[in-house]
Amino acid sequence: MSAFAKSEANETFVLNLGPQHPATHGVLRVKLTMDGEYIVEAEPVLGYIHRMHEKMGENRTWAQFLPNTGRMDYLHALAYNHGYVSVVERAAGIEVPERAEYLRVITAELNRVSSHLLWFGAFILDLGGFSPLLYAFDDREHILDLLESVTGSRLTYCYFRFGGVYNDIDDNFVPGTRAFIKRLRDRMPMYHNLVTKNIILMKRLQEVGPISAEMCRKYGATGPVCRGSGINFDVRKHEPYSIYPEMDFDVPVYDQCESMARYMVRMDEIEQSLRIIEQGLDKLPEGPVMAEKVPKIIKPAKGDYYHAVETARGSFGVRVVSDGSNTPYRLKLRSPTFSNLSLFGEACQGMLLPDALALMGSLDLVIPEIDR
Amino acid sequence: MNCGAIKQKLAASGAEAVIETEYARKGFALNVQVAPEQLVAAVSVLDAEGFFIEAVTGVDWLGEQATLRKEAEAKAAAEAKAKADAAAAAGEEAPAAAPPAEQGELAEDALEAVYDFNHYDEFCRVTIRTRMVRSKPEVPTISHIYPGADWHERETHDFFGIIFVGHPYLVPLLLPEDADYHPLLKDFRP
Repeated sequence: MSAFAKSEANETFVLNLGPQHPATHGVLRVKLTMDGEYIVEAEPVLGYIHRMHEKMGENRTWAQFLPNTGRMDYLHALAYNHGYVSVVERAAGIEVPERAEYLRVITAELNRVSSHLLWFGAFILDLGGFSPLLYAFDDREHILDLLESVTGSRLTYCYFRFGGVYNDIDDNFVPGTRAFIKRLRDRMPMYHNLVTKNIILMKRLQEVGPISAEMCRKYGATGPVCRGSGINFDVRKHEPYSIYPEMDFDVPVYDQCESMARYMVRMDEIEQSLRIIEQGLDKLPEGPVMAEKVPKIIKPAKGDYYHAVETARGSFGVRVVSDGSNTPYRLKLRSPTFSNLSLFGEACQGMLLPDALALMGSLDLVIPEIDR
Repeated sequence: MNCGAIKQKLAASGAEAVIETEYARKGFALNVQVAPEQLVAAVSVLDAEGFFIEAVTGVDWLGEQATLRKEAEAKAAAEAKAKADAAAAAGEEAPAAAPPAEQGELAEDALEAVYDFNHYDEFCRVTIRTRMVRSKPEVPTISHIYPGADWHERETHDFFGIIFVGHPYLVPLLLPEDADYHPLLKDFRP
């Protein structure tokens, strides 16, 4: 569709979107070549918040890297905690008590709901609707309070440890979480009435922002982006980890390949996460939350190890190479949004600028996670 | 599609070694070693089978050859000592110690590029590794097969200085645009 710009009669101009722009949710710059309101070419420019976490990993012990994991994807920090502790536990052969695994899944799913709620508010804000953000933050506040009581922090969590979790839940956590589940379930119909069925939202999202399944595959897109293109891929089902195999939940898949499909996937995932949390609370066993006999200084055997987890944005993988010493020899962090954003340049060719912004919002970008 | 069939096809495409690994222990299903010239053929096999690309990265093996030699020497010394002890225990005269092996030049250390692929329908994480000498780290690009590899290769070039021959736009992605250093090389000093 961008062919029309190639004729000499049409002049193009370069438009800089960002690095400081409300729609980019952080410091992302997109160099757009425009023909009027149409995008001829888009080139995301990364690295504005690059901190070289992978090098930091090589300069500290295995345990000292734990706080870093909460500072990449700050919206779903617990999943990043989970990915890193799982790969080290795999490498060092550490067994985790069942109660700790349950607490990990319950808190990580709560965190996923809070991430989706924030995305929901910010996405509608991108499209020009302000008030849903306030509703979403109202609900999200309850999750932050719950997680604060367990983990001690509100955003950049560092709750998981090798062999378990940092501390046990208090007496208020289970009733508080149950009350929150009921509250959010009661609110979801309101969200759908207020936003999903809104004619303006439908016109902005339906049949806009096509991403085909083949494009997902070529760019390695995962998470709600590929599930909105009809690909049934969720790491929690695909290569089950932790106690997810014991949980009964569905993976929402929509095959319209449009921005609306990605919106619906995330809205449905909130309900599925609530189901997982509910089952986790029902089945929560008694027992220790830390494995006994976890060595103070961890020295995994030589070799390399991989572990993937499903974050709110897709498959997060950690590859560690150990040389048998107390620091990682190499630590590779595969972040989902890096791959998801890489298809933006191809997907938005020939689109109107406002539609491309809707597409970008539907990718759910978290810039510190892309830049690492 | 199953991992066993992929293993056959990868082996047929000229991979040096295709090893099934224990998933629970390692986290990936197939470990494939290829020469840089065979990389494109191996990746094409995976593309035809519908795999998606997960990541591209590198590992710097600086000092590996020296470590290997040290280990070999220690092993040889231990064996010689064991032989001498056994001979002494049997009451025989200890055989003359073998002269240390001739020490040639150390082989050059390697840079390794690591490619991860996975399949949407069935779990089968394939890890392809290719090694090149540190003084001439060149490997063909796969960005014409997987456009998603474009950014991953740029990132790997940033961090390790690996040159992906044929890449259309190999400029810094995450590092500053004028960066001429590669921070993940083990001999990098800021």
